[in-house]
Amino acid sequence: MDCVLEARHIDKHFRKPVDFHVLKDISFSVKQGEFASIMGKSGCGKSTLLYILSTMDTDYTGELFINGELITGRSHQTLSRVRNEHIGFVFQFHYLLSEFSVLENVMLPAKKLGARTHREIEMDAREKLEMLNIGYLAEKRASRISGGEKQRVAIARALINNPTILMGDEPTGNLDSYNADNVLQIFKRLKEEQGLSLLVVTHDIDFAKSTDRIIEMEDGRIIKS
Amino acid sequence: MTNWSVILNIAKTHLLTKMKSTVTASLGVTFGIGAYITLVSFMTGLNQMLDDLILNQTPHIHLYNEIEPSEDQPVSLYKDLEGAFNVVHSVKPKQSQRKIHNAIPILNYLKKDQGVRGATPQMRTQIFYLSGSIELGGNLTGVDIMEEVRISNFRDYIVSGSPEALRNLENGILLGAGLAKKMSLDIGDRVQVSTVDGGIFPLKIVGIYQSGIADIDNIQSYANLKTVQRISGEAQNYITDINVKLHDISHAPSMAQKLGNQFGIKATDINTANAQFETGSNIRNLITYAVSITLLIVAGFGIYNILNMLIYEKMNDIAILKATGFSGRDVQLIFMSQAIIIGLVGGFLGLLIGFGLSVFIDQLPFNTEALPTITTYPVNMQFRYYMIGILFALLSTFVAGYLPSNKAKKIDPVRIIRGN
Repeated sequence: MDCVLEARHIDKHFRKPVDFHVLKDISFSVKQGEFASIMGKSGCGKSTLLYILSTMDTDYTGELFINGELITGRSHQTLSRVRNEHIGFVFQFHYLLSEFSVLENVMLPAKKLGARTHREIEMDAREKLEMLNIGYLAEKRASRISGGEKQRVAIARALINNPTILMGDEPTGNLDSYNADNVLQIFKRLKEEQGLSLLVVTHDIDFAKSTDRIIEMEDGRIIKS
Repeated sequence: MTNWSVILNIAKTHLLTKMKSTVTASLGVTFGIGAYITLVSFMTGLNQMLDDLILNQTPHIHLYNEIEPSEDQPVSLYKDLEGAFNVVHSVKPKQSQRKIHNAIPILNYLKKDQGVRGATPQMRTQIFYLSGSIELGGNLTGVDIMEEVRISNFRDYIVSGSPEALRNLENGILLGAGLAKKMSLDIGDRVQVSTVDGGIFPLKIVGIYQSGIADIDNIQSYANLKTVQRISGEAQNYITDINVKLHDISHAPSMAQKLGNQFGIKATDINTANAQFETGSNIRNLITYAVSITLLIVAGFGIYNILNMLIYEKMNDIAILKATGFSGRDVQLIFMSQAIIIGLVGGFLGLLIGFGLSVFIDQLPFNTEALPTITTYPVNMQFRYYMIGILFALLSTFVAGYLPSNKAKKIDPVRIIRGN
């Protein structure tokens, strides 16, 4: 089995303001080195699913496996660790810590993990920035760079702990077509060069078409995968 | 396994980028602690001065013969009237002598006691000071002057002249300051005293005594024990009072009771004699602490507010930290450490300011007729207060930081990220 991520019979309800069955019996898996995208209309539950898969949302029934390990029902402390070590996350809005420099932003998750020395982390962070062609930004403050640059910094940060899987919630949704294409190319390169698994929620049909596999959702169900 | 260097680094960055709020919050603590240190040093200094004013003149244990009626009137000893309701009119004090029976052996006994720092004999007598045709009533106390100086701060109250001069001159007298003023006398002059029996004796003034309490200074003078015994026509073993100083004042009540029972005389201890001073000091301390705690609570609310605002501003940061693998506990520690840093920095500055103000107050001149030995405002600097101060600072910032940081801990990252 080389499934990095597997969901089995996941159900979720929103209880407020009224009971709403948002995810209905979701089962699917992502293989090692696979670039999958989730598509669907607004409100079909694709983002909700992604937050469950990323372990941030724990209010659901069903089972979630990452690297073949059961994640459902673990303590928050353990889940934080899992996110830190195995999951890289890229959001629609850049979400950098604006008071820190670009380099510090990238280094932060690795420093939290504490598996390497400061020097090693810094070397690695610079390497990752260099790989994304933004090495020259390293010393700048995160609040002083452009939107496209911020998203690339966020990708570098997501990669710093060499995660098992990279998740994206509309990572190109807030970018112009040039930068969106740029991000797509980066994802593809990561997949090809490093065998990284990716799971990206998107609205963008062109973006989705260039991924290995499209998972289509409608009204809380997977209709095609 | 908490990665402190990362957490402290984030806390430090937050504090430095929000310099204005940090400084405001720290100043709140600084002000509270500074005021506490100044208040407590000044207040306890004043307390101590006032206590000393009275207590240093009061022996730890005072032995004397009380003039009082017998507890058992003869009628109660009469068996036939036992259980009856007896009324005795015009009860008179018991016929007894004012001198302490066997005073010299008691003194020797006390001086051998390990817990006793010193015991001095005194003879108190009523006299008249004669100034022309005017007679002023007063007290003359015969003392062993060098022993008094050794065990109490008697020397501080001799505003001119010296105890040695009294020791060297048998007919010397340390005249009360109020008396000296009334009779226009000074060192070197002679004053005539007359006993109750009528004998008149000239004494040479070798010093002026000023306790700071006008009622005492207007009547009290001191002379050598032998001189007073001679003036009164009494023998050398005629001693009316024995003053005892102990090494440890807390033993005074039990020791007083023991001595009273052992020698069959009245023995009062300092605590009984001066209970009201203790009460006064306690209330002043209470006020000091109430004011300081109020100041710190105000400072605490300042910190609470600023951290709360900071957490609202940093919602996105908190969400991103949590999404990238920081646990709720890590986030809480980040904000707690900010509160503690504010407390430490503010508290430490407060200690410095408190120390500075205390030193300043200590230099201010404070001259008063009533207190001859005091020239500047009294300040009591104790390391203990500084420890309490910094503990106060940490405690209040801890409490003020706990609530907001707990909220930060519970923030659900999904809600923040979706909300955008």
